[in-house]
Amino acid sequence: MIVVENLYFTYGSQGDYVLKDINLEIGEGELLAIMGDNGAGKTTLVKHFNGLLKPTLGHVYVDDIDTRDVPVSELSRKVGMIFQYPEKMFFSERVWDEVAFALRNFGYDESSISRLVQKILNIFWLWKYRDSSPFILSGGEQRRLAIASVLVWNPKYIVMDEPTAGQDAVQREILLQIINMMVSQGKTVILVTHDVEFVAEIRPRVILMSNGEVMYDGEATRLFRNPDILENAGLTQPILFKLESRLRNLGLIEEGFNTIDEAAKKIVSLLGGKHL
Amino acid sequence: MSIISVNNLSFRYSYSNRYILKDISFSIDETEFVLLAGASGCGKTTLARALIGLIPQFYEGEYRGEVSILGMDPATTPISKITSQVGFLFQNPENQIFMTTVERDIAFSLEFRGFSREEMRERVAWAMEIMGISHLASKRIEELSGGEKQKVALAGILALKPKILILDEPTAYLSPMSARELMDMLKRLNTELGITILLIDHRLDLAVEVAQRILVMKEGELHIDLPIKEAFRHNLSKEYGVNVPTLIKILDAIRRRGFSLDPPPLTVDEFIDLIKMGEQYDRG
Repeated sequence: MIVVENLYFTYGSQGDYVLKDINLEIGEGELLAIMGDNGAGKTTLVKHFNGLLKPTLGHVYVDDIDTRDVPVSELSRKVGMIFQYPEKMFFSERVWDEVAFALRNFGYDESSISRLVQKILNIFWLWKYRDSSPFILSGGEQRRLAIASVLVWNPKYIVMDEPTAGQDAVQREILLQIINMMVSQGKTVILVTHDVEFVAEIRPRVILMSNGEVMYDGEATRLFRNPDILENAGLTQPILFKLESRLRNLGLIEEGFNTIDEAAKKIVSLLGGKHL
Repeated sequence: MSIISVNNLSFRYSYSNRYILKDISFSIDETEFVLLAGASGCGKTTLARALIGLIPQFYEGEYRGEVSILGMDPATTPISKITSQVGFLFQNPENQIFMTTVERDIAFSLEFRGFSREEMRERVAWAMEIMGISHLASKRIEELSGGEKQKVALAGILALKPKILILDEPTAYLSPMSARELMDMLKRLNTELGITILLIDHRLDLAVEVAQRILVMKEGELHIDLPIKEAFRHNLSKEYGVNVPTLIKILDAIRRRGFSLDPPPLTVDEFIDLIKMGEQYDRG
């Protein structure tokens, strides 16, 4: 479990907190989205989970360990981070070495490394590239490599920063499968994102941030039915819910819809079965 | 009148034996707003590079066919001459911002093109006003949000008063609100200043509301060239790897139930209007 207690953080020495009095509990096996506008404090918050940043005030505990008491290298074994521009983070000449890098750092023996790297490259459809340079891969493949290089050491918590940015439909589909796979393996998956349409597809627990504070912590669906909170935090309502709000305000529907199919069904019945 | 025309353009980078562009032909008229879509790696960015001369002048490779942009041939015209009339905005504004303050950054593109101080000042002020960022003039770049940086980068391009704007996934790193603002801004530049726009984007949900026409590429070929509404009578998603807007997914689900809304509504407002009409029809 990750526990955040009265967390305040400032990059300078005084005042101007970019995180203000954050309190959270993130359970094991949870799927969570931390949402908010650029500059809301999302990335600053998650950098506390693996100790890259230490609280100015308050505490962050990962499995009862105070992040202030241990180095990043130790927390990293539990908390894997996948940052935004994966292509800027590669430094190995071969895909294989990129994935093996952390395992070597953590002191795994060569036969375990070889077994683990092969396994993860296969899962992520990257085995055929094992001897290639990471830099010749396509954007989507690089994103997969970045995820594989973290998952290979089997961290309990996975943080993904803006995983859908610049991704096409095929890559989004693959990303959804990877997230489902991680969740089904009991991992805690924390998505940092402002992609409301993507979050509307997976409906995790949402923590909404604005100006360094938590504005909402709960079900995605309930949040998406509340355009005011979303707009105050610089986000927009997902289209499905925007359509629902408009139909409801016009008195055309009483009960809402939760899925694209439900919406279609409602609309067809509204149209009275007429072909327009 | 067409101001961009591409005839039978094929290109492969010299480091690869695969053609990234295969026999592409299309033209764009003055003041059109065109969306260029397709899966990653389909050749969109390569095509944009060919329009402003980065291909074949900067990126070497095998180049066949003809391109004309504002009457210039990008294969032989100096790139600086093309980019003084054709603005090009990248995905990540960080790649396009050079100076320390907003005002100086916007002036940067003018500085080495020999404008007088007076004219530079006027153009910078004008570009900031259009983009609604006059209040940021003396701010330092690192104090800006991603959306603000993207506006500064765009203002720097506008200061050159381009006739054509080419934007390569400008919303990829923007929040939904900033992305929508940018789209509204592009629409204004198009309708009020008559700037021709070619927008490359994965996020079709916003782009379909502002563009008039869509080009869809697949594996280096141009597969679809249609008015936006026409295009969504096809099933774009599976085959072309584009992110289909939620509204279109709802339309598809309605279609699967044996009903069709025609022409397809592309905004929530249009959707609501259609449903209201259907309601009246029902009651009447």
